[in-house]
Amino acid sequence: MADPLLQVRNLVVEFPTRRGTLTAVDNISFDIAEGEVLGVVGESGAGKSLTGAAIIGLLEPPGQVGAGEILLEGRRIDNLPYEQMRRIRGKQIGAIFQDPLTSLNPLYSVGRQLTETIMTHTDMTPTKARERAIELLTEVGIPAPARRVDQYPHQFSGGMRQRVVIALALAVNPRLVVADEPTTALDVSIQAQIIALLKKLCRDHGTAVMLVTHDMGVIAETADRVAVMYAGRIAEIGPVREVIKNAKHPYTHGLMGSIPAVGHDAERLEQIPGSMPRLTDIPQGCAFNPRCPQAHGRCFRDRPEPLPVEDSRVACWLYDEANALSYEDAKRAVAAKEQVSEAQLEEQANV
Amino acid sequence: MSDVPGSALAEKAPARTDGRFGHAMLKVEGLKRYFDVSAPWLNRVLEKQPKQILKAVDGIDFEIARGETFGLVGESGCGKSTVARLIVGLYGPTDGSITLEGNNIAGLSRKEMAPMRRRLQMIFQDPYASLNPRWRVRDIIAEPIRAFNLTSGNTETAERVAELLTFVGLNPRDGEKFPHEFSGGQRQRISIARALASKPEFLVCDEPTSALDVSVQAQILNLMKDLQREFALTYLFISHNLAVVYHISDRVGVMYLGKLVEVAPSKTLFTTPRHPYTRMLLDTIPDLDMTGRERMPVGGEVPNPITPPPGCAFHPRCPFANDRCKSEAPQPIAVDGGGLVACHGVEEGRVPQGPILATPAKPDGLAASVHE
Repeated sequence: MADPLLQVRNLVVEFPTRRGTLTAVDNISFDIAEGEVLGVVGESGAGKSLTGAAIIGLLEPPGQVGAGEILLEGRRIDNLPYEQMRRIRGKQIGAIFQDPLTSLNPLYSVGRQLTETIMTHTDMTPTKARERAIELLTEVGIPAPARRVDQYPHQFSGGMRQRVVIALALAVNPRLVVADEPTTALDVSIQAQIIALLKKLCRDHGTAVMLVTHDMGVIAETADRVAVMYAGRIAEIGPVREVIKNAKHPYTHGLMGSIPAVGHDAERLEQIPGSMPRLTDIPQGCAFNPRCPQAHGRCFRDRPEPLPVEDSRVACWLYDEANALSYEDAKRAVAAKEQVSEAQLEEQANV
Repeated sequence: MSDVPGSALAEKAPARTDGRFGHAMLKVEGLKRYFDVSAPWLNRVLEKQPKQILKAVDGIDFEIARGETFGLVGESGCGKSTVARLIVGLYGPTDGSITLEGNNIAGLSRKEMAPMRRRLQMIFQDPYASLNPRWRVRDIIAEPIRAFNLTSGNTETAERVAELLTFVGLNPRDGEKFPHEFSGGQRQRISIARALASKPEFLVCDEPTSALDVSVQAQILNLMKDLQREFALTYLFISHNLAVVYHISDRVGVMYLGKLVEVAPSKTLFTTPRHPYTRMLLDTIPDLDMTGRERMPVGGEVPNPITPPPGCAFHPRCPFANDRCKSEAPQPIAVDGGGLVACHGVEEGRVPQGPILATPAKPDGLAASVHE
């Protein structure tokens, strides 16, 4: 098989602060193949948007790529100077952000923004570029494109604006589109339209997509593979069907159970106790250990790296057969942990 | 316009759906709220523009029984949040009545409203905006207690605040902290504690979990269900997330451009939706089970509410619309299964019946996963 389109190797995104360096994305690796849709899910603060920003080279300072490398078609792009990266962005990597109003310039007509992008990256004449802009608007399903091309973003509704943003991202046929929560700001009926559009366009153009969202539903409908992120790390990555219907990591499992579903009658939803740790106090070992019902001794000591399990890779010690503890050991470890935390609570109470 | 006499509606759609709930606690009849969104007077005169009226809520009727959860769904701009604000008295209605246990509370003066306020509280969507960042949590929660003089002194107030914090799953010591020290889910717990502080009977929840992550959303929904059981609360639950509404509601109303297009018991609504708009909404629920279910593609967007389409407001997007739908506004009629539907097509039997959504089960792989 040919090299994947995008390779992310041991990527670290960090924020130097006065009180030390915070690691927001902690040593993650994944690939995206040509024409593939990779969904990246996780709760707020899991590092999914930062991963996307690192790939398109738009990390907001003081955020920086601390280690690792990002390769697009075998070429490193994480250490390019600004001007070179700018040429790649737009031409080879398109970006779609959550809020279509803030990603369009309110002072320029939609047509001008499209032609500007087209002319920056190709040598089309202004007339040609305008024709192409109208063609793009037609393609994303905007009615009367020849008239609307001269209108301003405020004259479009939310759904129509997001279509313009998609047109802008696809303007010069990029190989990869990074879509960060593209449907979150939209109404449900529009959401379905936008997802269908994105799927169709990427299929037609053979564009690979990195789809960052917190909405499992969107992932289930769109993605080929999913990466589940937790506290800056990838907990589980695998084919979408495997991850959704046969979750392996205890976090993914809990996450799927906590999503209410129509037709599923339960008095209570499954819930994961507690919340995601802050960047400043990520526990030793597995970051999920304080909330994990299956945490045992080793989880508190060593950080699990993604291990191959069936078609997925899962970062959980439960799947490390060589080191697997017996069930009895695991239970004892959990009991010991509870004692420890009770002792800590008492200690706090006494303070 | 829809001038359905409220009493007639009440006969057709008794809130008592399965004998589990008592009499109507809240009754909304012919409720309307219009906003004047015209240009300034001088512009209007010079440019000869007419007044522009936005009919945010345009004549809706429903009842909520004691102990019941009534869900209200619809897309943005359909008027669901305006209904919430009308009920708690943040807006005065243009017309219609809101009756809480037999007392009309619509359009009361501040003073007349005061005794009713204790019984009606609200939980807002954004827990970052609804808590005063300069107040300690204990003061935030104690505010309703002090405002209504519910305790005899500071010691009792402090005890009550500690108790409330425990109810919502926080530590009584958290009262000393400021809101910024909490995560979104914890803040929403604080909002709930504050709402419960005045011992209300009725809670209006406007998108209480929309700003939260799914795992936190599950915690808050579970908490709300527990509290409802414990304190016999009645909820008006507003959300655009259909799965959440299905999970929490006993009955559901679907709004479109200021009107209720369908009201039905939750199960009925989700298994046999009647109104084409409800069916379209249900079709947009992402298919988490990956059954490969066929979607009915419905194009278009919500029209401008200032100039809604004549007749049935949904007709430009409706695959079943005919000439009658374009000229005559449909009135709610009772249908089998205890629901109300405002649709000419359903009335005439033009709209095919039956479920479009195969009832999906929870992914079975989850229940029997490796960890269990």
